[in-house]
Amino acid sequence: MGTSVFYFVATLSVIFALMVVFAKNPIHSVLYLILTFFTFTVHYVLLNAQFLAVVNFIVYMGAIMVLFLFVLMLLNLNKDNEPNKSALLKIVGIIAGGCLVVTLIGSLKSVAIANPLVLKNPNLGLVENLGKELFGPFMLPFELSSLLLLSAMVGAVLLTKKEEKANG
Amino acid sequence: MITSLLWLIPVLPLLGFVINGLGRNTLSKGAVGFIGSGVVLASFILSVCFFFELSSSVEKQFTVNFFDWISVGDLKIPLSFLYDPLSAIMLLIITGIGFLIHIYSTAYMHEDAGFGKFFAYLNLFIFFMLILVLGSNYIVMFIGWEGVGLCSYLLIGFWFTNSSYASAAKKAFVMNRIGDLGFLLGVFLMFQVFGSLEFAKVFPQAANMVPGNNTMAIIGLLLFIGACGKSAQLPLFTWLPDAMAGPTPVSALIHAATMVTAGIYMIARSSVVFDLAPITQNIIAIVGAATALIAALIALTQTDIKKVLAYSTVSQLGYMFLGLGVGAYTGSFFHVLTHAFFKALLFLGAGAVIHSLHHEQDMRHMGGLKAKLKTTFATMMIGTIAIAGIPPFSGFFSKDEILAHAYQHSPVLWGIGVLTAFLTAFYMFRMMFLTFYGKFRGSHHTEEHIHESPKSMTIPLVVLAILAAVGGLLNIPKAFGGNEWLAHWLTGAKVTQNHLELSHSTEFTLMGVSVLAAVVAILLAYSKYVKKGEVPVADEAPRTALEKLSYHKFYLDEIYDTIIRKPLDAFSTFFYKIIDNKVIDGLVNGLGWTANEGSKSLRLLQSGNVGYYIMMMVIGIVALLLYTYLSIA
Amino acid sequence: MGSLFENMQSVPLNHYIWFCAIIFTIGVVGVLTRRNAIVIFMSVELMLNAVNLLLAAFSVHHNDPSGQVFVFFIMALAAAEVAVGLSIIVMVYRNTQSIDINVLNRLKW
Repeated sequence: MGTSVFYFVATLSVIFALMVVFAKNPIHSVLYLILTFFTFTVHYVLLNAQFLAVVNFIVYMGAIMVLFLFVLMLLNLNKDNEPNKSALLKIVGIIAGGCLVVTLIGSLKSVAIANPLVLKNPNLGLVENLGKELFGPFMLPFELSSLLLLSAMVGAVLLTKKEEKANG
Repeated sequence: MITSLLWLIPVLPLLGFVINGLGRNTLSKGAVGFIGSGVVLASFILSVCFFFELSSSVEKQFTVNFFDWISVGDLKIPLSFLYDPLSAIMLLIITGIGFLIHIYSTAYMHEDAGFGKFFAYLNLFIFFMLILVLGSNYIVMFIGWEGVGLCSYLLIGFWFTNSSYASAAKKAFVMNRIGDLGFLLGVFLMFQVFGSLEFAKVFPQAANMVPGNNTMAIIGLLLFIGACGKSAQLPLFTWLPDAMAGPTPVSALIHAATMVTAGIYMIARSSVVFDLAPITQNIIAIVGAATALIAALIALTQTDIKKVLAYSTVSQLGYMFLGLGVGAYTGSFFHVLTHAFFKALLFLGAGAVIHSLHHEQDMRHMGGLKAKLKTTFATMMIGTIAIAGIPPFSGFFSKDEILAHAYQHSPVLWGIGVLTAFLTAFYMFRMMFLTFYGKFRGSHHTEEHIHESPKSMTIPLVVLAILAAVGGLLNIPKAFGGNEWLAHWLTGAKVTQNHLELSHSTEFTLMGVSVLAAVVAILLAYSKYVKKGEVPVADEAPRTALEKLSYHKFYLDEIYDTIIRKPLDAFSTFFYKIIDNKVIDGLVNGLGWTANEGSKSLRLLQSGNVGYYIMMMVIGIVALLLYTYLSIA
Repeated sequence: MGSLFENMQSVPLNHYIWFCAIIFTIGVVGVLTRRNAIVIFMSVELMLNAVNLLLAAFSVHHNDPSGQVFVFFIMALAAAEVAVGLSIIVMVYRNTQSIDINVLNRLKW
């Protein structure tokens, strides 16, 4: 297979990502986004980051994407009702993006390392190893992230709650 | 010698100031007067004790160090006192005459609502004056120098509800500040040259220098400017006549006997420095002579009794500077001493006259008071004879010593001095004749109430009259077979003067001429004001050109107004109207305007369109990355 | 899996960087050109993923698990962000009957 797996998957990612951006229908965008995330999961697998691959699969493809779909369905936005931006603005946006990628790659050239990736420790991305990291040096941030999630949950509930007339 | 008690001399009046100042509304007038006079009397007694100890001591200079006041790098300024023959005499004058004037004030100011305040100020003045003469370096001297200026301001403007009195106080203060600036600059320059401001370090260094040094001339000149302000010399003397707005005891104490002599004290103290600069000495002599003559000319036509005395003071101060300029340091200091006696006496006498006439100061409304104010008349007559220079009263000796030295220096200066002496005798007797002879020219109501002053006012007059009469004995010249006690005494303070190289016969001739001039002047005044009974005409009445010039004080105030105040006003108006209003305000308002207008157009960039913001952000990031890329490449 | 990875040994780190830069830029272009708030939100997710992948690649390159831990944290953050963000969009839709971000331009001068 060689390295061609990476390039193949990478090409797929780029295509799907473009489709996300340029699809007219938001539902299609979401579906393409799921495909993009799937290709990312493959990338993680290729890097032997098994834990991340699993988490990416569950959290992004599962939870987050379902959320997006739910919202779209709830708001009944599955039609292409987006008023078109002017063509000029689109072109300007694309040009700006082009400039960005050129300058990004250009400026990263000096820091980029042409060496091939070498996995020195095959256990690096395994659950056991990362679990030790998380509950060792990163104990506090890990616990704090739970608070973050809790507050996000509370915030989401509070925001979407319909205002009662009595309160107004 | 118990120099450790020296601090008591200035601190006692300070204590009086604190007590009287704090209790001015609660203490009774008797208590205020008792405390105010008592502390000065105590200082006087201490001064006398120290004086006798000093005269019996072999060593003549004592420095008492209290603490380091300022200590920065090489600059060390201790708060310390120097007690030597010069300051000893000054202490006696200040506390002695000060005490008499305090006693006098208890009666003179008795009706005044600000009695407590008055005594507090007087005590504060005594304190600062003592600091001035006791300081062992120029900075401590400067504390006293500024302090007496402050007290002078407070006391001139004592009746500050009268706006012309208040502006007289301001005038005195501003004039003094001009001089103070000169003094300060002189002190700075001196520090640069000698690296110290202690008398004990500066003078020995200066004594080793060669005369004719330019720096020394500048230092001398700057110090002299300071003395000009404080001692009312040309061109800064116009504040002193206006200072008569203060209560009469103040005029006697501050503007005749003590504060105005501070300039002479300072120059006499620094005589070593001045000896190094003959140019400066010549300038001092010329300024002194000019001041003496001009002030005497102005005094000829004044009608306010206190103004006459004020110009007389300026004139006599001019004499002293003439003496300093020709190197007669002890002679000048001798004149300070005798002048303190007779001028304080004259002012207090004038105060008694004013007091008895219910604050009438215009001599055109006086006359014929001889019979009613016997003591006042007798004592004032002694003072007048003394100032006129009739032997053997004190003024004769001191004035003639200065004149003899002036003659030795330059006969022209001597001529001016004799002319001034002639004028002095004339206007002083004019004042006496107008006040005490002839018929009373005031209202009947006032005439009925004329009465001799109480004992507390006449006793100081009598004491001062005795001193004015015999004060000359302190320094009888060699020509009369005297031993020049004061001159010998002052050598202990390193204050010496040029030796008088005139023969005794020349000296007698000079004395004869000046006495003759005085006598002629007195006779002239007698025939004009007693025989013919002339009275000065009203303000508006026509005068001859010369009289007008004299009556209007040579238009000096008007000249200053034109050449200094008006350009300054125009300058300030220019700065206010153009520079401040247009340029500076324009700049500040313009900045505000620019910010305002700029933000008015800049805020349009805030379109509220998120896409637009992100676009800008991307452009920014691209620019930053480009910059990084280019700088790496 | 291990054998699969061994095949990857020769992919240069450079190419990961380029790939991630391209994906990131696609996200940026999406944000710039689209007006639908939800699509913009998805583009932001794309950008986040690009960064995540790069972090994982560098983690392998440096043999340091911290990078992968950070990816984990970013995922937690993304989850929270999506929850809050989507609820905001729901609220916006309720109030304006639209999710066009150009309608939301009241916050200006």
